[in-house]
Amino acid sequence: MNTTHYPSAHIFQSPETHTLSVVVDNEPGVLARVVGLFSGRGYNIESLTVSETEHEKHLSRITIVTTGTPMVIEQIKNQLDRLVPVHRVVDLTVSGKVLARELALIKVKGKGEARVEALRLGDAFRARVVDATTESFVFEITGKSDKIDEFVGLMGPLGLVEYSRTGVAAISRGPEAS
Amino acid sequence: MSRQMTGAEMVIAALQDQGVEVLFGYPGGSVLPIYDEIFKQEKIRHVLVRHEQGAVHAAEGYARSTGKVGAVLVTSGPGATNAVTGLTDALLDSIPLVCITGQVPTHLIGNDAFQECDTVGITRPCTKHNWLVKRIEDLPRILHEAFHVAKSGRPGPVVIDIPKDVQFATGTYHGPKNIQHKTYRPKVKGDMDAIRHAVQMIGKAHRPIFYTGGGVINSGPHASQLLRELVKTTGFPITSTLMGLGAYPGNDEQFLGMLGMHGTLEANMAMHESDLIVCVGARFDDRITGRLDAFAPHAKKIHIDIDPSSINKIIKVDVPIVGDVGHVLEDMIRVWKQTQPTIDKAALQKWWDKIAVWRGRKCLAYRASDEIIKPQYAIQRLREAVKGKDVYFTTEVGQHQMWAAQFLKFDEPNRWMTSGGLGTMGYGIPAAVGVQMAHPNSLVIDIAGEASVMMTMQEISTAVQYRLPIKIFILNNHYMGMVRQWQELLHGGRYSESYSEALPDFVKLAEAMGGVGIRCEKPSELDAAIAEMIAVKKPVIFDCVVDPAENCFPMIPSGKAHNEMLFGEAVENIGDVIDEKGKMLV
Ligand SMILES: Cc1cc2nc3c(=O)[nH]c(=O)nc-3n(C[C@H](O)[C@H](O)[C@H](O)COP(=O)(O)OP(=O)(O)OC[C@H]3O[C@@H](n4cnc5c(N)ncnc54)[C@H](O)[C@@H]3O)c2cc1C
Ligand SMILES: Cc1ncc(C[n+]2csc(CCOP(=O)(O)OP(=O)(O)O)c2C)c(N)n1
Ligand SMILES: [Mg+2]
Repeated sequence: MNTTHYPSAHIFQSPETHTLSVVVDNEPGVLARVVGLFSGRGYNIESLTVSETEHEKHLSRITIVTTGTPMVIEQIKNQLDRLVPVHRVVDLTVSGKVLARELALIKVKGKGEARVEALRLGDAFRARVVDATTESFVFEITGKSDKIDEFVGLMGPLGLVEYSRTGVAAISRGPEAS
Repeated sequence: MSRQMTGAEMVIAALQDQGVEVLFGYPGGSVLPIYDEIFKQEKIRHVLVRHEQGAVHAAEGYARSTGKVGAVLVTSGPGATNAVTGLTDALLDSIPLVCITGQVPTHLIGNDAFQECDTVGITRPCTKHNWLVKRIEDLPRILHEAFHVAKSGRPGPVVIDIPKDVQFATGTYHGPKNIQHKTYRPKVKGDMDAIRHAVQMIGKAHRPIFYTGGGVINSGPHASQLLRELVKTTGFPITSTLMGLGAYPGNDEQFLGMLGMHGTLEANMAMHESDLIVCVGARFDDRITGRLDAFAPHAKKIHIDIDPSSINKIIKVDVPIVGDVGHVLEDMIRVWKQTQPTIDKAALQKWWDKIAVWRGRKCLAYRASDEIIKPQYAIQRLREAVKGKDVYFTTEVGQHQMWAAQFLKFDEPNRWMTSGGLGTMGYGIPAAVGVQMAHPNSLVIDIAGEASVMMTMQEISTAVQYRLPIKIFILNNHYMGMVRQWQELLHGGRYSESYSEALPDFVKLAEAMGGVGIRCEKPSELDAAIAEMIAVKKPVIFDCVVDPAENCFPMIPSGKAHNEMLFGEAVENIGDVIDEKGKMLV
């Protein structure tokens, strides 16, 4: 909406994808605040994961992959940072040292040649078989999102039934905390 | 000091410990334990409003006119939902409020219990923060935290939702300690390198302007003093947003008047042609910037704001300074004195000469009449009548609000209470109630429109109950004038539903409510009528019947740049001037 009727400098910037790590107090409603902020202000969420990371301190880490122009990304970070239960917002993409992984469970059904091919590809992608019947597999695969995209794509014609992804968990490389 | 008490007692104890003197509220089932405690004490005065929206606006008026936190108490369900408009208003205008809502007992939450609503869910996007208190052990901490969050940093409204069983439960109360909040620590000191850089830029500017806003008022009277000092030292022109009026004296030579959609020619042109904008506690609202790609094309920008998310949100600035206006201006003035920048006096004089030409256009001029009261004239006469008096103004929303902003001149901060960000019709009467509670001996005037007044006029009854002699000065044009103006200019004069076929007899209405009504229809009788209004020591509705066809100018049509402004005399072809995109901007 905004961008169509309020022509501005930043619409000429091209969008970028950033991975943000948001450390929050693990209190009721905190996820609703973060998600509500994104929907209310029209920001994109490509992926979102959350879980408690420091039990004693009641801290959770929310990892968000989002896209926007540099000005919008800056807004997103500032808006997140001003939520009262947010401790800190780290843009892992800017620090250039992002380590991002995702896990997926992928169910494939098939017999004969397709089944063998699926297993062979699973091997090549270092996917583990975590459930098997005579006519199906469930693969577990970890890696960067695009690797998982690729694997899911390959399974398509080989009997892909359904799959479930965790979304991205990310952290910075090196000895320092992000 | 810690004591054993019930949750309801804790609420009152915490309000007292936080210095609350007035509580605006409305009772109901799920706050009865708290009302019982109110009954038993005398320190906090409770003001019984007639609608919960009124309670919140009253608290806003109280807060804005005192610099303190406004306090509100409402019941669950409809009490809470009625408060939502006021909370949103306070959020957009950065007004510090603590609103306590009752909730059904914890074991009933989620069961669609009687008068249950998801208050924290509903108010999450319209508060700075909110809490549902599920355990009595958390209540004292949350009560004090709430005040801290509401007033520090960029102020705003907060909600504490307290289930009825928690109000009855007994626990240990402790007073406000010097608690450092776990996560919330707004930055008040500005970065010194940025401040030095800013001072250098100010020293070198040829066509500079200060663009100031509500953040100066939020920062407190000291910030207004410092602003005056800096503006005087530099000799630069200054303009203000609607929300910042009063931070700098309205009558001073260097003040160019309000900027923006209905701002003065000189303020908008100076912004447009400037080479340096020093933004102090303003947020580049769309009523200010107009067309973004044409906004102040030659200017470097310095932006002082306590909220990093206000910076680079709309306009990319060159020197951001995150901090409190008062703190940052103090440092700026100190650096200025140390470094003694030499201003190019000749360039500045040329700049003032240019401004003088724009000023000479007298953009606020209107065609006077001795037949019919022109709304601008009414405000000018009102202004004359209150000169030298201890006076506070509130407004409703519409043309009258803009005329008030253009024609009243404020010498001090905290004297002007208006709904800027949300633009809430119905704000003015309850806000006046709140202001008058805080300043019982001052003159409190709501500049109103007849349509706006109908939204919260039940609060006149509140004013009568508490003997608050507020004056409701209605510029009665029989139209939703602001809507009519847009329809005239943008929609081919098709006045769809903007005329009130039926209006009350405002004089009788005032009398029925227990106040005094005055009607005035002739310019020649206006002064005497205003004098009478001021003399009456009761709530007054002043029905000032004005020209129904008057439009509010100057006006920057939506989607246009600062230098594409329209004036009173140039209205004929305005329809051609606004393009399709502009129509979407309203
Ligand atoms: C019908 C109508 C017409 C309008 N037309 C106009 C118009 O012509 N001109 C106009 O100006 N407005 C107009 N408005 C008002 C407009 O919508 C905005 O409300 C207003 O412009 C915002 O003012 P502001 O920028 O001062 O921001 P505010 O909303 O007052 O925000 C204050 C800013 O200061 C910051 N701040 C707060 N406290 C501090 C502190 N202690 N230190 C530092 N920074 C702080 C905040 O983070 C925020 O960014 C109109 C409104 C209505 C209803
Ligand atoms: C609660 C609410 N509803 C609708 C509007 C849209 N609106 C803005 S100004 C206006 C007309 C106000 O009329 P009036 O109070 O008579 O003031 P006037 O413009 O005539 O001075 C309306 C309907 C609003 N601002 N607030
Ligand atoms: Mg009207």
